[in-house]
Amino acid sequence: MKKFKGRIVTPGTVTADAVVTKDGFNTLASMQMALQFGDKAVKCGDQNNPYLHGKPLAGKALCLPQTIGSTTGGLVLYCACAMKTYPACMLFANHIDSLAAAGAVLADVWVDGVTMPVIDCLGDEFLDYVKDGMKITVETDGTVTVE
Amino acid sequence: MQLTAEQQQILDGAKGETLAKVMKTMVMYGDAFEAEKLVPITSQYNHLVTSFGLKVMSPVYDLMQQILDAGVTSGQKFSVDPRPIDKNVPANFLQNIVFNKLMYSKQDFYEDQLKKLGLMDDDAFTCTCYMDEVGNKPKKGDVLSWAESSAVVYANSVLGARCNRNSGIIDIMGSIVGYVPYFGLLTDEGRKATWIVKIETTEKPEAQLLGSAIGMKVMEDVPYVVGLDKWIGSELNDEACTYLKDFGAATASNGAVGLYHIENLTPEAREQGRSLICEGAREYVIDDAELERVKANYPVVWKNADAVPKLCFMGCPHMSLQQLKDWTDKIEAALKEYGNKKVVIPTVFTAAPKILEQFGKTEYAARLKNCGVITSYICPLMYMNNPLCKKMPVITSSNKLRTYTSARYYTDDEILKAITKGGKQ
Repeated sequence: MKKFKGRIVTPGTVTADAVVTKDGFNTLASMQMALQFGDKAVKCGDQNNPYLHGKPLAGKALCLPQTIGSTTGGLVLYCACAMKTYPACMLFANHIDSLAAAGAVLADVWVDGVTMPVIDCLGDEFLDYVKDGMKITVETDGTVTVE
Repeated sequence: MQLTAEQQQILDGAKGETLAKVMKTMVMYGDAFEAEKLVPITSQYNHLVTSFGLKVMSPVYDLMQQILDAGVTSGQKFSVDPRPIDKNVPANFLQNIVFNKLMYSKQDFYEDQLKKLGLMDDDAFTCTCYMDEVGNKPKKGDVLSWAESSAVVYANSVLGARCNRNSGIIDIMGSIVGYVPYFGLLTDEGRKATWIVKIETTEKPEAQLLGSAIGMKVMEDVPYVVGLDKWIGSELNDEACTYLKDFGAATASNGAVGLYHIENLTPEAREQGRSLICEGAREYVIDDAELERVKANYPVVWKNADAVPKLCFMGCPHMSLQQLKDWTDKIEAALKEYGNKKVVIPTVFTAAPKILEQFGKTEYAARLKNCGVITSYICPLMYMNNPLCKKMPVITSSNKLRTYTSARYYTDDEILKAITKGGKQ
């Protein structure tokens, strides 16, 4: 078990299993097709991401360096939250990027009943340590426990 | 974040609950980057990324409706990304049902919302809004609230405007309140390069392949590119701007680049030179072998890797007028060389409606049509974002289209040969 302390972008507490990508998370490529065609598990559709391709994202603790790609990324994330098919939390090794921040903020301000804790600045050590299937607990002070 | 009295009043609800929520969104967005203030948007027009009436995006249209119902509109007129469908583009019976009934059934509804919010005009649908023919070209130093990754990186890098890689919805919210948070690429510090990229190829690198290599390496950082002026010159003429359009789109989609500097060419690099490079910047050398390595590593996702292509898309981002003319010449010559009268793979060239209008006034338009090439205003990416196209062997020289769809990337020369000669690629 190991604890990491990050910066809170949007607050909340949650416990979920980890899915991990060492590559940037392309939100549009990963989520759009699943959302469009009603895949409630939101299996990752990004053919360029060997870490996540085909793996379910909904309800998981998504561990990533940052998001990349199309500037529709934020609104795709917002839609996932509004449709209640979103990751349990998003945990960034790096500082959050502008697209993911937009998605997290839009969901926080405009969607009722959605809590998706978003923590960033967890560091490279976090991504080195966490593996798919590990249990993740996010606390209100930005502490992330990996076990 | 320090707000002005006016901004604070809006946040406190003095102009209504909806506008307060819009302001709260912009403030929280800025807080995520420790922005100290909101600054006024100074460009004449905005550009939005969300052009498509995708049924799955209903939450977006609901949000837009909340804004409209509250009597709130954009302070700026805006252009928007390309429309997703065009009956001129080949589609079979099933695809037409999927496009019109399942996917883009909200298109008319959403376009009506855009008009009410401040759409420039009915033809303002393109990802290359900055082209002279389209008319949404910001000035150097302008502060923007744009989205659309390829347009943002072009505006920052080639035009010297200042814009973060904003997401859809954030773009229009900036226009509504008239301010954007001051961070990242809006600041002098955020525009400094943390990578030096050295071009050491033996020939002019393919724009979309070079952009891909750099994007995947530097991700969201700012690269300072050395040695590219040897191949594309030191003047921002039409040819260089077209190259940078395609190069930038690949850096932004294969990575997350929002700004690049090209030594001796782009405005800030010409003014400030290597003082733009941060101390301790990392180095990336690109030679022929590196470009070949990058290209060879693209995944092949066709069901049958040896399938004969059924469609070729060119124009992601949208083609320039000169590109349409140059390709007309090249296709005619290649068809003649290979003894064919028309392209042997259905081929679609996409460009802005206003570019196509200008192209239609030239003698090239009839010549390109005679070659069998279809021109359209659509977004190829939106066309291909469905399970039916996933099985369809489509070829392209767009690295953006390759990244988001099952289309396979080929260089311009390979595409030319494929569509005029045929055979296995």
